[in-house]
Amino acid sequence: MEHLELFFKSIFIDNMVFATFLGMCSYLAVSKKVTTAVGLGAAVIFVLAVTVPLNWLLDQYILQPGALVWLGPEYAEYDLSFLSFILFIATIATMVQLVEIIVEKFSPSLYNSLGIFLPLIAVNCAILGGSLFMQSREIASLGLATTYGIGSGIGWFLAILAIAAIREKIRYSSIPAPLRGLGITFIVTGLMAIGFMSFGGMLTGGEEEAKEAPKTEVVKVIKKEDAKATEVKETPTELSPSKDLANNTKEIQE
Amino acid sequence: MGLLSKKDAALITDPFADNNPITIQVLGICSALAITAELKASIVMAISVLFVLGLGNVVISLMRNIIPSKIRIIVQLIVVATLVIIVDQVLKAFAYELSKTLGAFIGLIITNCIIMGRFEAFALANKPWRSFLDGIGNALGYGVILIIVGFFRELLGSGTLLGFPVLGNPIAGEKTGLYALGYENNGFMLLAPMALIVVGIIIWIQRSRNEALIED
Repeated sequence: MEHLELFFKSIFIDNMVFATFLGMCSYLAVSKKVTTAVGLGAAVIFVLAVTVPLNWLLDQYILQPGALVWLGPEYAEYDLSFLSFILFIATIATMVQLVEIIVEKFSPSLYNSLGIFLPLIAVNCAILGGSLFMQSREIASLGLATTYGIGSGIGWFLAILAIAAIREKIRYSSIPAPLRGLGITFIVTGLMAIGFMSFGGMLTGGEEEAKEAPKTEVVKVIKKEDAKATEVKETPTELSPSKDLANNTKEIQE
Repeated sequence: MGLLSKKDAALITDPFADNNPITIQVLGICSALAITAELKASIVMAISVLFVLGLGNVVISLMRNIIPSKIRIIVQLIVVATLVIIVDQVLKAFAYELSKTLGAFIGLIITNCIIMGRFEAFALANKPWRSFLDGIGNALGYGVILIIVGFFRELLGSGTLLGFPVLGNPIAGEKTGLYALGYENNGFMLLAPMALIVVGIIIWIQRSRNEALIED
């Protein structure tokens, strides 16, 4: 049940493109044709599905404060979390290289159609972002991490598929010249993001996990919308920092 | 600028408008959209990218003749990751609240396309001083867009700038300034989609003023 919830949450509510803007550069650059968009989206799903669980294992057994206890009790105070960035990016670069080799061996046609994009996925913010959000949201188990990875990948795939389809059609509309190409893509993506906000109410309704989300939203709303200087600036729970600035399920109070 | 030749000065001024990393080169979009709900966060992010890009460009340029071509992406990633770890630790030490607000996006500077993009396009083929100027120029161009977007989003979204209420006091019962006239904060500006639309409008304005930038 938890898996299903996390799966749908990461596709629709925390959509990588529309809620947290990860992977925008390749999203904008590759979305001119649906066929390339589909190829890149599939590659992103695959890479995310592989790297997020791997990085979860790294985080669990090496990086977290106190994670090194399996080496011996004297290692309990070691906190290697400052190495997260470098270790995550190293696993991602390695996995992408591996994926490239495997794809080249087993499906040369897919390899050719992906072209330069496969190696570029290593520096796609979506991949590193997936791992970093997995870490900051403290996802609890390997299975959940895999679900999160696959779900986020599918969300990204949906987003780039949609914008590619729209851009293909929009070439034949009469858009003001300065907006053509990049400008209208930004505005259309903004409108799609507003549309995706409607999924915000999808999973609330008495579930354990969902209860945390409205609570941090209210805290944020109080922080942002009231200029009350006397209101104590509560440091939000671990869940919200990364959601804080890009959360689109926040309720607008009057 | 007496100490910079014309070509060198162009390295700094070009990315401001004609070759802006965000609106023309289409790089570095992710963080530009996500963290600009507050002006302070935008400024800090701009300074962080300035540090990472400036120093990173210099380091890569110094090593450019000894990096084997096959592993250059990995070398670049290591250089950037190290610099970002430094930035992250400094922020955690001296501005903890802000580092919590920025959250994972400090780490995402590593995959900020501007940095890798400039490494590949410039630092690998140019001398250190020019690479440094190029890095500074692009980071400033990026910072300008970030600050503009952050300015409008914070002003229209919460009526404050850098945390200081500038439009008056919005609390019911003590309304002053614009709020007394009935103005209400547009909370929507603080949400994700508006950042996209604000950047779209900036692109619109920029390309209307400079016709050469219009696409096909």
